[in-house]
Amino acid sequence: MKSGSNLEKVILSGNPAVTAELGPPMSADPHEVIKKANILKGFCDAANITDCQTAVVRISSIAAAALAYREGLEPVMQMTCRDRNRIAIQADLLGAAALGLKNCLCLAGDHQKFSAAGRLKGHPGAKNVYDVDTCQLVGILKKMRDEGLQEGGDPLEAAPKFFVGASWTPMGDPIDFRPVNLLKKVNAGADFIQTQGIYDIELFRSQMEKIRNMGLHERTAILGGIIVPKSAMMLKYMDSSVAGVSVPKALIDRMNKAKAAAGDDKKKMRELQEAEGLKLTVELIHQILETPGVKGVHIQAIEWETAIEGIVKAAGLYPRPTFTE
Amino acid sequence: MIVGSQKSIDEIWNMVKDFKKVLVFGCNTCVAISHAGGGKEAETIATLLRMRASQEGKSMEVDHTDVMRHCEPEYFEPVMDELKKYDLILSTACGVGVNFLSQRIGKIPVYPGVNTSFYGAVEAPGQFVELCAGCGNCILHLTGGICPVARCSKTLMNGPCGGTNKGKCEIGPEVDCAWYLIVERMKELGTLDKLAEIQPVRNWSTSRDGGPRRVSLEHIRAYEEGEARKSETAGGNK
Repeated sequence: MKSGSNLEKVILSGNPAVTAELGPPMSADPHEVIKKANILKGFCDAANITDCQTAVVRISSIAAAALAYREGLEPVMQMTCRDRNRIAIQADLLGAAALGLKNCLCLAGDHQKFSAAGRLKGHPGAKNVYDVDTCQLVGILKKMRDEGLQEGGDPLEAAPKFFVGASWTPMGDPIDFRPVNLLKKVNAGADFIQTQGIYDIELFRSQMEKIRNMGLHERTAILGGIIVPKSAMMLKYMDSSVAGVSVPKALIDRMNKAKAAAGDDKKKMRELQEAEGLKLTVELIHQILETPGVKGVHIQAIEWETAIEGIVKAAGLYPRPTFTE
Repeated sequence: MIVGSQKSIDEIWNMVKDFKKVLVFGCNTCVAISHAGGGKEAETIATLLRMRASQEGKSMEVDHTDVMRHCEPEYFEPVMDELKKYDLILSTACGVGVNFLSQRIGKIPVYPGVNTSFYGAVEAPGQFVELCAGCGNCILHLTGGICPVARCSKTLMNGPCGGTNKGKCEIGPEVDCAWYLIVERMKELGTLDKLAEIQPVRNWSTSRDGGPRRVSLEHIRAYEEGEARKSETAGGNK
């Protein structure tokens, strides 16, 4: 065992792993994190704690992960390369390990320009760091854990033992290069992979076939990503604007049909679309888990953590495995 | 070349309005190509400042001149006496020119009339594009001649990230994804397999992160110092 994390244990046990996501608030109040942690606890093996996603300032991933951990929810601390250089990254990794955190997902991070989207002012004038990139960050975590060395070569008295993850966008373009992209992350030392949201199962399966031919599914645990859809509008937006996400027309049509069934009733329109979104999610979970080489699912119910319990139960993934020790 | 863009006349006016004798000093190399700070632009700025001064009822003398290059002393030495007649030099050279002249002109302030943008090329008339970041450690042989330091929004060494959307960068549909271009170019060159190698953590000390940089050519320095010694000895014999 590399880290002894619950997520690692589930993956080693051969059960399909389930991860969820917890977005920290723009607030110094811990209660939101505590509340969400208790909503998710028991329905996933670990939950990603986002690291200022869309470059918006929120409770830091490490602090929120520590809060979630205290509540009994195993966190996957996210670590982006956007805001910290290798000195800050490694210092934070030591701190995170000292607080008991055992999973870390390495990410490039959304560009700071994202922060000014919608109603937020954000910090589009911020200076970004990118001292290291995702592949290199994965390598740093592996070197710290397995060799007990900092990136610069100095020894660590106690090495941080992280289960090291990275993201992968299987359907991003250039699509024929995406398997190489994964190969590099695996070669760098990624123990697990969480993918960008998958709606186009056929395309995902053709990418997974390439991954199996490269033998990568045996060297890392691939968890297929699902972004729980709430409305036809959200699906259309993701199809047109979210990098690496394509949504088949049939899924958008299904959601439109659910919407149309509500007539002019706005409340019903929302309810029917959400219900269809949950149904669709469960179907996607099954299709992803039936894809050879996949070891689990990463379910992102963005600002809709309460949906996870129902989804996991409906998908037949409850109760989650537990381990004594 | 260095690409610059002219500061707005309002910003320039706010810098210069309290001076009596202003020289707009153009540079006819890089910033002239980007139509920001050559002799022609210096003349236009001087005219606009004179008009502004008269509108605002300020008594101000504004002249203009230009030289070929502001980054080598021999180009501006011949006009140095002329420059010293003014109480402000508004340089329309790049930041290099402003720094370099400031160190040599004594008590006269040198202000910037241009924002120095980047190292770039003329993509089309009137359109300039950043292609190099001057990082001091070139890896273009590994990336198909396309620089990820200058052209990837995240300076990724092992791209692309998940933000590539139809060949464009996540920061906007008008920005090409450098790593999309790199992959396509490496395919064209038949060297795509090279991209499977992980580029290790970089030593950024050759870049600005290592502090101000200097390049010193030892053989030329040795020759110059030898010549200087010779002339000193010759002077001593007189």
